[in-house]
Amino acid sequence: MILARVVGNIVATQKDQRYEGARIMVVRPANPDGSVAGDELLALDAVDSGVGDLVVVVREGWSASTSSTGSPGAAIDSAIIGIVDTVEDIV
Amino acid sequence: MQLARVLGTVVATVKSEGLEGRKLLVIQPLNAALDSAGPPMVAIDSVGAGKGEIVFWCRGREASFPFLPSEVPSDCTIVGIVDSVFLDSRSPN
Repeated sequence: MILARVVGNIVATQKDQRYEGARIMVVRPANPDGSVAGDELLALDAVDSGVGDLVVVVREGWSASTSSTGSPGAAIDSAIIGIVDTVEDIV
Repeated sequence: MQLARVLGTVVATVKSEGLEGRKLLVIQPLNAALDSAGPPMVAIDSVGAGKGEIVFWCRGREASFPFLPSEVPSDCTIVGIVDSVFLDSRSPN
């Protein structure tokens, strides 16, 4: 998993049917201090996250598919699976 | 998943059986500002995307799932055509 900041979302009418009803969020990889670095990726939202949230994103298909759609086997490679309250004890 | 722009079509006569009848496209991965991010890639289309369109694609083993039960060898499949991208203007750079 990675830390990421939610920076937006996208709208797509024509998409794989397993994406129906899901929120497709734009997230940017983040450092433990909350700063962002690198290019954005898209992740399905499994936890009702919002823009500005620091989140945990899983980048593996089975986990992403089951957490965001309830069952495996969808063409989904990333999902937001947690909203971070704090990151502590970083040395 | 990541955003990309469709650059063109790949024509390949000799190919894996699983690719028969599939549309191969060259895509340029993009960041959220729609600037190029990384080298172009070859993707299989699952949604009827065409040249010039902004799409999003799925990587890895999951990229072959839209075609099930057909076993299509893909690690990069276009799974949606983007209508619009909303970015929070306060998002950090």
